[in-house]
Amino acid sequence: MAIRTYLYFPGCKIPRFLPQYGRSTQAVMAQLGIALDETELNCCGYPVRHESFTAAMTAAARNLAIADAKGLPLMTPCKCCYGNLKHADYWMRLDSGLRRQVNATLAAEGLSWREDTPIHHLLTVLDADVGSRRLQMLISRPLTDLRVAAHYGCHALRPGKITQFDNPLSPTIFERLVAVTGATAVEWPLRLDCCGHPLWEKNNRFSTALMANKIVDARQSGAQVLTTACTYCQLQFDVVQAEQASASVDPLPAVLYTQLLGIAMGLPPEILGLDDNRIQWIPDTP
Amino acid sequence: MFLTYCAYLSLAVCVAGILWRARRWFFSAIGPEARLSTPGQRMVVMFTALPGILFSRKIWTIFKALMLDVLLQRQIFRQSVVRWIMHMGICYGVLSLILVHALDDLILADLVTDYAATRNPYLFLRNLLGSAVLVGLAIAVVRRHHVAVLKRFNTVWDRAILVILAIIIFSGIGLEATRMISASLFEEMVADYWGSDDTEEITALKSFWAQQFHVVFATPPPLDASHLDTGRQLHADYCAGCHSSVRAAFVALPLAKAITPMAAIFDRMRIDTWLWYFHYLASCLALAVLPFGKLFHLFSVPLSLAVSSLGPAVGQRPESRPIRRAMGLDACTHCGVCSRHCSVTPIATVISNATILPSEKIAEVGRLARDQLTIQRRWRLSQGSRTCTACGRCSDLCPSGIDLQDLWSASTADLNRSGYPGPHGWIRNQSVEQWADHAREEILAPASTDRPRFTGNPNTFWACVQCTTCTSVCPVVAASDDPRRDLDMTPQQVMNLMRLELKDLALGCRMVWDCVTCYKCQEHCPQGVPVADVLYELRNEACRRLDPAVPKKD
Repeated sequence: MAIRTYLYFPGCKIPRFLPQYGRSTQAVMAQLGIALDETELNCCGYPVRHESFTAAMTAAARNLAIADAKGLPLMTPCKCCYGNLKHADYWMRLDSGLRRQVNATLAAEGLSWREDTPIHHLLTVLDADVGSRRLQMLISRPLTDLRVAAHYGCHALRPGKITQFDNPLSPTIFERLVAVTGATAVEWPLRLDCCGHPLWEKNNRFSTALMANKIVDARQSGAQVLTTACTYCQLQFDVVQAEQASASVDPLPAVLYTQLLGIAMGLPPEILGLDDNRIQWIPDTP
Repeated sequence: MFLTYCAYLSLAVCVAGILWRARRWFFSAIGPEARLSTPGQRMVVMFTALPGILFSRKIWTIFKALMLDVLLQRQIFRQSVVRWIMHMGICYGVLSLILVHALDDLILADLVTDYAATRNPYLFLRNLLGSAVLVGLAIAVVRRHHVAVLKRFNTVWDRAILVILAIIIFSGIGLEATRMISASLFEEMVADYWGSDDTEEITALKSFWAQQFHVVFATPPPLDASHLDTGRQLHADYCAGCHSSVRAAFVALPLAKAITPMAAIFDRMRIDTWLWYFHYLASCLALAVLPFGKLFHLFSVPLSLAVSSLGPAVGQRPESRPIRRAMGLDACTHCGVCSRHCSVTPIATVISNATILPSEKIAEVGRLARDQLTIQRRWRLSQGSRTCTACGRCSDLCPSGIDLQDLWSASTADLNRSGYPGPHGWIRNQSVEQWADHAREEILAPASTDRPRFTGNPNTFWACVQCTTCTSVCPVVAASDDPRRDLDMTPQQVMNLMRLELKDLALGCRMVWDCVTCYKCQEHCPQGVPVADVLYELRNEACRRLDPAVPKKD
């Protein structure tokens, strides 16, 4: 099996807030024979986009310029990062004024943004670059009988014209990848809705209302767990849900896709950081 | 006598200053926990915790940290060998000079039976250590002027500390060189240590010393063999006990040779005495100001490294955290490593606010803690603080062991609580109409890098037919049982305002700020209006025109 290398873009929140996502991603990639170049990168720019579009694009473009300088495709497990990097890619192509301005800033470091830096999300790497068939071959502990609500998140999905992740109105990539693990992806009406995390600590009332709607819908659709493939979404469904938990309602466990896949591949739960999830999910023993 | 009094006075000022600074660690109230205890209680907590640390396994952890991170400075070595060389040179050069030279009559004179400053190895050591410090200082100067990110932010103390040390070292070398060539000093030494009246013999000694020790006499003594032999013999009897060959002074000797042409003038003016006073007093001054500037890191950094070896601040008792934070503030040496690796440094190239960079933010946080910030600077610090993404890299890299991540979350919480929130917070301070009036009155802030791509172009909104699809798909609208009350306007109403070129009315709408950026509106709009991008742009514009952190023109 050929070793592929991606420039790994974990984003800012994984090291201190969701280290299990980093660990499980690296464990799964290692199993797949994919190498991750861990050159130091900077913030994708998503959080600062509220204040300054140019700042957000400059930050994103710098990462793309580093990937370009290394000749490596970039892969990120976070959908907010993926989305902002794709926005940068789109607008840097279209807007020559922006391109000039950003490249002038990057030139001070000897960097330059050029077109055609491949930007991948963890899921697109697994789906398109690795493929269901090869993944299937590595499954030793299928999660049969597990009903999973696949939460797509927003920033990779929309606007489809810019993110080019999947069909924005009826995507299938996540259900396909869930099926690979042997689990059943439930159909749920609110599957494409927002988790609410972008409003966390800005307007908690709306943030938690959006989250609650999704969880109710997932439960009503028969899901036993939620799965996410984005740092922010997981922080919302795991950390925030745990904080908001009331005594009367059992929280719905949210499991990172890399944790699901890792268990199905037979990796030990400790490597995947299952213990770090605030809401515990214990996989059935085969 | 006068100099000794100066030394004791400087020492007293130094000790008093250290105590004053240490007191500040208990009286600083940084972070939400600070309100839960008084300074007195914090002192009690810390002192009662000390035995538990000193007489447990933890003392070994601290010992290891002191060995590896203070004595060997491995954190610096891992980051940059050149910087390690620089710091080892300055650090060990200065500390060793203090021990073997400045305090020679207190330490070495007691330990060694026939100590004399002019003997080897002490003569050689002084020159060696002095040159180690100079090499370190040279690297430091180059670094401060050439490293990107850092060179813009050098403070007075960054320069002052290098200047003070350079003055002390250079004056020391100058002192040694001028003493070497001083004829008057030779006369004094002959009177004190030999007491001979025999002019023939003194001339012979002069010959020897002129040749071997480079003393410059007004009348050059004869350098024939018989004089030199006699001189050598006399030297062996009366001088050699304390005086090793000056060839060991490999820095001072070349200087002495170089200033030989000026020897007569220097001797007449007794430059050597002036330099003696200058060198001594410069050192006393450095000692006295030590607690008040960057030199304090001699104490604060080892302490910070010892404390941080016990774990991050978050694991400590609530009463200890403000102490830890205050200690951390005093341990910053402005080395700038944090800013060189900070995740949001690229953002600081666009948003002109130095407090985005951790090395600059920490100084402001210190001023915030001491209540020394104006309102405008608090707003700026608030903007710098929220730009931080809490990635923790600065904390991981800080060679002084400061728990920066904890400092940032504590100071940001303090700012939020004291009325300096981010835009999603301060926008709620006024109504839509009040913000609209505000926007009309505000003169535009200095040249912005953000040109309104959509909101500045009316064509963007002509396609909007008010079909209300964007509103129907918006999850935030759906989560509200009274959108008018909660959001002021729905998305399609905001688009309508834009269509009517009433942008100022849109800036303060809660819909703009409670948008969750899910992009459903933009995805579903049948007319291709980039609704979500427009809302982003409105936020950008509000931040540009209304953000209290952005300085406005008069």
